[in-house]
Amino acid sequence: MDPDVTAFDWFALAPELTLLATALIVLVVEPFLGPARTKWVNPVAVVGVLATLVWVVLLAVDGTDRSSFGEMFVVDAYALLFKVFFLGTALFVLLLSYRYFQEIRTYQGEYYFLVLSAFLGMLLMPSARDLVMVFIALELVSVPGFVMAGLRKFDLRSNEGAMKFFLIGVLSVAVLLFGLSIVYGYTGTTNLAGIAEGLAGLEDEPLVLASMLFVIVGFGFKISAVPFHFWAPDTYEGSPIPVTAFLSVASKAAGFAGLLQVCFVAFEPLADVWAPVLGVIAVLTMTLGNLTALQQRNIVRLFAFSSVAHAGYMIVPFGLVRPGEADVNSQAFTAVLLYLLAYSVMNIGAFAVVTAVARRHPGRQTSDYAGLGQRSPGLATALTMFLLSLGGVPPLVGLWAKFFVFTAAVNAGTAFTYFLAAAVVVNSVIAMFYYLSIARTMWMDAPAVPDPIRPGLALNFTIAALAVVALAVGIYPEAFAGFADASTLIAAGP
Amino acid sequence: MQAAFPLVFAALLFCVGVFGVLSRRNAVLVLMSVELMLAAVTINLVTFGLLAADRGDVVLTGQIFALFVLAIGAAEVGVGLAIILLLYRNRATVNIDDADLMKY
Repeated sequence: MDPDVTAFDWFALAPELTLLATALIVLVVEPFLGPARTKWVNPVAVVGVLATLVWVVLLAVDGTDRSSFGEMFVVDAYALLFKVFFLGTALFVLLLSYRYFQEIRTYQGEYYFLVLSAFLGMLLMPSARDLVMVFIALELVSVPGFVMAGLRKFDLRSNEGAMKFFLIGVLSVAVLLFGLSIVYGYTGTTNLAGIAEGLAGLEDEPLVLASMLFVIVGFGFKISAVPFHFWAPDTYEGSPIPVTAFLSVASKAAGFAGLLQVCFVAFEPLADVWAPVLGVIAVLTMTLGNLTALQQRNIVRLFAFSSVAHAGYMIVPFGLVRPGEADVNSQAFTAVLLYLLAYSVMNIGAFAVVTAVARRHPGRQTSDYAGLGQRSPGLATALTMFLLSLGGVPPLVGLWAKFFVFTAAVNAGTAFTYFLAAAVVVNSVIAMFYYLSIARTMWMDAPAVPDPIRPGLALNFTIAALAVVALAVGIYPEAFAGFADASTLIAAGP
Repeated sequence: MQAAFPLVFAALLFCVGVFGVLSRRNAVLVLMSVELMLAAVTINLVTFGLLAADRGDVVLTGQIFALFVLAIGAAEVGVGLAIILLLYRNRATVNIDDADLMKY
């Protein structure tokens, strides 16, 4: 268990160190730029993220699995895939933020420092193979998130959203940690693979089962699974919109990365106990998310509940896991990964359009979208694509994401997994109602005001790029399915 | 080593914390209750760390984990108090039931 703890591999850590340096530079450089030039902070952050991406690509080209700090920090295909994904998300969040934060006149250096710190936590998360690292990475994502949610300091809704997010966040972490401490007590190690060895044969220990429940509840808050989702709509509504995009995609994906590692590696021997629990949570999450989304008139709340529902689809594969069955498990694992990738493309795209429209209509009501098809046909087309993709209409990327979850559930081949597959289909149909109702408002209703929306270069680029990705991957899903090879975590597990 | 006493104490402390979170309406007191829960975690970790050391674990994982929990808990309190202060400046109350602008 004790490889040399002090040895570390600078190359493996290069992406994280680069991003950390960028975060510090961004924080320090802003006061020296002067008030007229604070908008240059954003390009500096973008350059830093691109430099980090170069390191990740170099690591991928190099191809060897590396580890540091005595197996606590691992770089393998799974970690690299997630790192590329998080850095891509970071780029789009930065592009979304560029104009928005110039216009609300907040402290830009601090904001970009917080964004980059949170993404540093996300880079650490998929590499973490130890409970301590998982915990630190999770907190590094959450704590900047609390502050970012409250950045509109004089907006009462922003204060309230930050407050709810913070209280729920610390509560969930305390519950999670209590569970982890008991797991550590039983197994005597914090290494994920070591825990799996230690837990085998402890199926009947009530305290072990209780601690697993604690861990699932703790992560449940992070990924906003029903019944731990009630903070999400309020926080999403109160936050600045780029931060909402960040919370609903990146922060949730980091929670899923942590849950994947803990469930598929450490808790795999006890899957018979937690898989049905997560399966039921999945059905509740998607159904309640979709039914509540149907009634929303505020576009951000609608997308908040839609993102709760999508978390439900992503939890479905967790319900399929069975101890020792590598085939079923790796298919489930791949389904979660692919769904996360597809979901982030369409959801960031949708929030990019919402950001653009909110410049002209700060009320963020669905009625603001009336006649958008006549006012800005390009924006309306892009939003329609993102909505149809979220709903799972061919030939867009969302269809394939649902398809992988569905086939994984059918292939697992028990009555319960057939039920899960049916729940996915029924919920996709329910979700189409509210996605299509927005599309109808955009194309059929008469506009209240005639002037076109002007999103600006950064937003236009984001929207166009994501729309092209959503369509291209929808038409050539082979490119997408190639990522299935990255489910190396299963093979690495026991 | 006699481990039952600290572990039962930690479990009780955790329950007191959970009760405080659920029953208190003052944001500062809710924050304090969460800190009680984190203290329970710390006691657990240190106890299990000592048990592991009895079995010959030289790395002291539990104690180091506890240090991280303390440090990050302190960071959380810093952020949390800032948010509570902001709420107090804008609304002149720290009662979490008054934060009800947004509902279904």
